Amino acid sequence: MTGHHHGRIRGGFIEHTIEGLHAAMDKALYAEHSASASGLLQRLDPRVKVAALAAFILVSAVTAKLWVVAAVLLLAMILAALSSISLWVLATRVWLTTLTLSGALALPAVFLTPGTVIYRVPGLDLAASAQGLRTAALLVLRAETAATLALLLVFTTPWTHVLKALRMFRVPVVFVVILGMTCRYILLMLETAHEMFESRKSRTVGALTRGEQRRIAILSTGALLSRTLQLSNDVYLAMQARGFRGEVFILDDFRMKGR
Amino acid sequence: MHIPDGYLSPSSCAALYAGSAPFWYMALARVKKALHTRLVPLISLFSAFCFLIMMFNLPLPGGTTGHAVGIGLATVVLGPWAAMLAVSVALVIQALFFGDGGITAIGANCFNMAIVGSLVTYVCYRAMAGRSPLASFRRVVAAGLAGYLAINVSALLAAIEFGIQPLLFRDAMGTPLYCPYPLSVSIPAMMIGHLTIAGMAELIVSAGLVALLQQSDPSLLKATAGAATTLKELGPGRGTRRLHTLWAGLCTLMILTPLGILAVGTAWGEWVASDFSNPAIRQQIAGASFQQPAPEHAPKGLEQLSQVWTAPFSHYAPPYIRSATFGYFLSAMFGAGLIILACSLMGQFMRGLRQ
Repeated sequence: MTGHHHGRIRGGFIEHTIEGLHAAMDKALYAEHSASASGLLQRLDPRVKVAALAAFILVSAVTAKLWVVAAVLLLAMILAALSSISLWVLATRVWLTTLTLSGALALPAVFLTPGTVIYRVPGLDLAASAQGLRTAALLVLRAETAATLALLLVFTTPWTHVLKALRMFRVPVVFVVILGMTCRYILLMLETAHEMFESRKSRTVGALTRGEQRRIAILSTGALLSRTLQLSNDVYLAMQARGFRGEVFILDDFRMKGR
Repeated sequence: MHIPDGYLSPSSCAALYAGSAPFWYMALARVKKALHTRLVPLISLFSAFCFLIMMFNLPLPGGTTGHAVGIGLATVVLGPWAAMLAVSVALVIQALFFGDGGITAIGANCFNMAIVGSLVTYVCYRAMAGRSPLASFRRVVAAGLAGYLAINVSALLAAIEFGIQPLLFRDAMGTPLYCPYPLSVSIPAMMIGHLTIAGMAELIVSAGLVALLQQSDPSLLKATAGAATTLKELGPGRGTRRLHTLWAGLCTLMILTPLGILAVGTAWGEWVASDFSNPAIRQQIAGASFQQPAPEHAPKGLEQLSQVWTAPFSHYAPPYIRSATFGYFLSAMFGAGLIILACSLMGQFMRGLRQ
């Protein structure tokens, strides 16, 4: 199989992966940037933010009324505007991806849910029901609202603070430490993987067959695994060198201030 | 398979958080004991690795692409408990920081993929790899198949969680409030994709990377290598460890008990006296008995004997509890509790006899 006849496959896997890695790094960078901007949510104590945003997510999950979910989403949009996060950013980074994923899952429900028929697709044996429409709207709106609220937290709070705030919910220290360490190394490994694929792409001439692509994918995963293990060994030695003896301390220095 | 927000009802989410909690607790307790070892950075780095390979879209035979979750490999290298934590952490970060998978559904996603996934991998891998040497090809096959099975069991669990939503949660107009697809839609929809694409991706990654580790660093495969190599390391606590696994299994079964409510029809041979005068149930009895009509009246003996004892939790639904699901659950707790109590009393008694 040559790339001549299959233009779309040409380097498809490598480019696709690079794109995905790039998008993730981009998101992380944007979060870091927007968390240090000045705005309403950036000024709030992280614990208040975590509790309040979690409460909003819960409200939108519990309610059976569409307008309540829509109101929570509207509130999230107002909070975003007050925290110097533009609606364009929300639309491109949150709403679009959630809509494609959740929308694809929710769309068949319009036709599959039995109930009062409000529209028949001409020529096909498909009928949209009022109940189906409502349930699909609920699904999409709920997913959008929860995703917006979660990213509001991430976009307005440095991740170290998000993790510290989790302690308020009695999340065990070990878990928070592992979570924090993972967050840190995800960024490093995203970069490593990105570089790996970039260099592979620059060395690739012509088209790859699917078998070759698969082989590259497995080998790159393997290379990444061996780097992971090496890095974990290095980190362990570094922890020991700095006197780590199994006790974990985290700085809990959030203070509520009057405004 | 990442369940988004809004597809599971808050009560289902809460139940799955509660189902995950004891496993997380035990996993954390184990890790805490080993905190001075290299396990902490290894778990962290592994969960970063899992996060990354979820982004690699593997080209699969047949022209599609799919991504692996890394449960298979994580379990083979770290063991089931540490793998549970590593995959859970990756899922939490995905949901919280990258919007993949719902915040409310973190418990459900962790339960399906991290917890059940790593337990299934562990059991299958140990069973299939047996006592074969670390570098044997049998271990490669075992890891691949274990990963494949784990992904499919996780997908089936997610499909069941989706499928029971329309049965349990509807508003007055009949609008499903959460996932609208019944089991007859959700199970095939989930399983077709996972039996083929996602399962294949996990199989390729698990088998390929175990083969790679066999050559580069076989010592990493020791943690789950089986009785021959781990007996010494596990030491005297081995018996209780086995028991822990059994306890965990029992907990899972208890949490899953409300599924019993979904079964239709009556259990064959478990009819009560009044069933024989109910036309609808008579028809069910006939249908389940090769169209043999049920007797006109309840058998005399059945009628007399059924008066002797009335169960406190008749039909697994205590009359003072409104919610059938909760009643069922409570019955399971009560029943299992009684059995455990009876067994421990018997154990005490036997020990007394021996001394």
